[in-house]
Amino acid sequence: MSKIIALVGNPNCGKTTLFNALTGANHHVGNWPGVTVERKEGQFRHGNEVLTIVDLPGIYSLGAFSEDEMVARDFILSGEPDVVINVVDATNIERNLYLTTQLLEMGAKVVVALNMVDEANSRKISLNTGALSRRLGVPVVPTVASKRKGLEELAEAAVSLMGLAPKRSRYHLSYGESIDAKVAELEKVVHVEGLVYPPRWVAVKLLEGDEHVLRMVEGSLSSQELENFRRVYEEVAAHSSDLPLEIVDGRYRFVHAVTSSAVRRPSEGVLTLTDRLDRVLTHRYWGLPLFALIMFAVFQLTFALGQDLLGGLVAGGVEFVGEALDGLLLRVSAPDWLRSYAAEGLIGGVGVVLEFIPLIVILYMLMGLLEDSGYMARAAYVMDNTMRAVGLQGKTFIPLIVGFGCNVPGVMAARTLENKKDRMIAILINPFMSCGAKIPIYLAFIAAFFPEQGALVMFSLYVLGILVALLMGKVLSSTLFKGDVSHFLLELPPYRTPTLRNVLRNMWDNVSGFLARAGTVIFVVVSLLWVLSALPAGVEPYGPESILGRIGSLIAPIFAPAGFGNWQAAVGLFSGIAAKEAVVATLGMVYAGVEEGIELVSALQGAFTPLTALSFLVMTLLYTPCVATLATIRKETGSAKWAVFSAFYSFAIGWVGAVLVFQVGRILGLG
Amino acid sequence: MACLPLTSLETGMHGRVARIAAGHSATRRLYEMGFNTGADVVVVKNDRGPVIVGLRGHKVALGRGLAEKMLINTEQ
Repeated sequence: MSKIIALVGNPNCGKTTLFNALTGANHHVGNWPGVTVERKEGQFRHGNEVLTIVDLPGIYSLGAFSEDEMVARDFILSGEPDVVINVVDATNIERNLYLTTQLLEMGAKVVVALNMVDEANSRKISLNTGALSRRLGVPVVPTVASKRKGLEELAEAAVSLMGLAPKRSRYHLSYGESIDAKVAELEKVVHVEGLVYPPRWVAVKLLEGDEHVLRMVEGSLSSQELENFRRVYEEVAAHSSDLPLEIVDGRYRFVHAVTSSAVRRPSEGVLTLTDRLDRVLTHRYWGLPLFALIMFAVFQLTFALGQDLLGGLVAGGVEFVGEALDGLLLRVSAPDWLRSYAAEGLIGGVGVVLEFIPLIVILYMLMGLLEDSGYMARAAYVMDNTMRAVGLQGKTFIPLIVGFGCNVPGVMAARTLENKKDRMIAILINPFMSCGAKIPIYLAFIAAFFPEQGALVMFSLYVLGILVALLMGKVLSSTLFKGDVSHFLLELPPYRTPTLRNVLRNMWDNVSGFLARAGTVIFVVVSLLWVLSALPAGVEPYGPESILGRIGSLIAPIFAPAGFGNWQAAVGLFSGIAAKEAVVATLGMVYAGVEEGIELVSALQGAFTPLTALSFLVMTLLYTPCVATLATIRKETGSAKWAVFSAFYSFAIGWVGAVLVFQVGRILGLG
Repeated sequence: MACLPLTSLETGMHGRVARIAAGHSATRRLYEMGFNTGADVVVVKNDRGPVIVGLRGHKVALGRGLAEKMLINTEQ
């Protein structure tokens, strides 16, 4: 079995960058806290050895505050990792070393990767690696993960630690006389056969009031030992509400002793570029409008570059492949049904989805630029007042921003929220955030009805999604999830020049998911629908008499009040629950079959009016999330109930929204 | 000792964390993020919305409710 290395560190210290650099993987990296919420695994080779490396979520402490802290702590305690690489942000060394002290207390074999030393240098922070290493008693290796510097040395240090026994006894952090005495008392009663964890660590955790550790201890002691333990525990932990804080102070005192001679930073006072940018971007009045303006500029650029410049590229390619495929099938005298499947199912359905790739590429490159620059944390900051007004806090906006890419990671990102109420609401309102898979739907309808106002329509849909999410946040926080508004506490990372590598990687993250879905879910849905559209035998394909037509006609009346009560639209919405791109794929296919060579755009112009197009867009923005999102909601909330709830309440909201748009529009005479 | 809540410090003012009177877990979290007793802080922005604080060369945004409960000793 290969040896296991765990990567542990504070949020936004460069763990994932280091992970990618070591393993050659391509995981999403962002310059804001909380991008990694899942444990990720990869392999890398050092010499003759293949090592497994596990990237854990960024944490400040190994307490039991949030899900991600528990994940990291359990993994280290399990004894699985042979070595822990503790990534330490060299520009913020004191706070990062706080976590290090806890790793050392746990008896883990630690190598410190002193990361971003280049940035520390440019900020005139001088670091004495040798002194740090001596004082901590562990190897310290300077690295610049983004430039792949120091990786060999880091791997070397990690591997050479593997053979050694842990050096538990050498590390002894003092919390001051009175606490040390208490620790010693407790240590004696928990130092028993049944408990495998370092007794000193257990004792400190108990004094910190850690309930998980307490339960673990109580579960593994014999009744005699338990009685003994309870007596001592009550004695030492009584009247000590400040004890946990004194322990934190003790760790920081140790950190200070470590860094006092090894780290020198210039006295502050110089306005950095970050300060100057923040004056503007977090301004009390301009902050929010600027956020809106930046997002609008993103959409405007997306259309300018993606549509006008590159738009024809893929569309031409799809058309070319379609003709070539049809020619080939003709030449081999393939049966008619196969030719129809290729033309309508593959090219009309899957191909239509692919045509929107240039826009998606541009959009996510621009979003990647924002993300890598450090702006996203500011967006959460300027949204705090707005979020507070609906009973949430600014940090809840972060999972929502992630949802702009895809709701699946968006729902997962809610894990970083410590408060159960915030977390549940962030999960349930996430699907209203317009995800990448909905973009082809918008683009198809924009091309058919609003070619001149593309960016505006798209921006409005995104804003509408945010507004509905906020409104539902308000409703949920005053009904199902009552509770105080939790505190806003967020680190604002320094602005950085985005790197091409990260921007491209984040774009590819979204685009590859899009391509993968086109090749799997969309392909299956389209094939299935194609079969249903041609059955029962003898019926006119894509006619209202086909099974597909009948199913559609059955659902269609529900949507009549919203103005799009035709069976094609109903089938499209229905298949969109499998994956949102399937809406366009389905429409492309059912309309392609009606008449030879008919374009989706002109078919839409025939079946919709500008008003019903708008109500249909509102419906697709808000209605039932895709199955992947529903499954994630189930997993993250731990209950199928919430997934079912999400499916139905979003449908109801989408329907009400679409009906409102259509009816109000009609009254205003827009229909 | 001149202790003021963080919210009443003006932009540019320095001080040391004296006490945090927030709830148990919020206080603990602030301590762990480096706002422990005696930590040197500088107010970067304090007008509307969360207060931005400079802490050991890094910036942290704190909601006003939380900032109000952080008492700062402004005597140098």
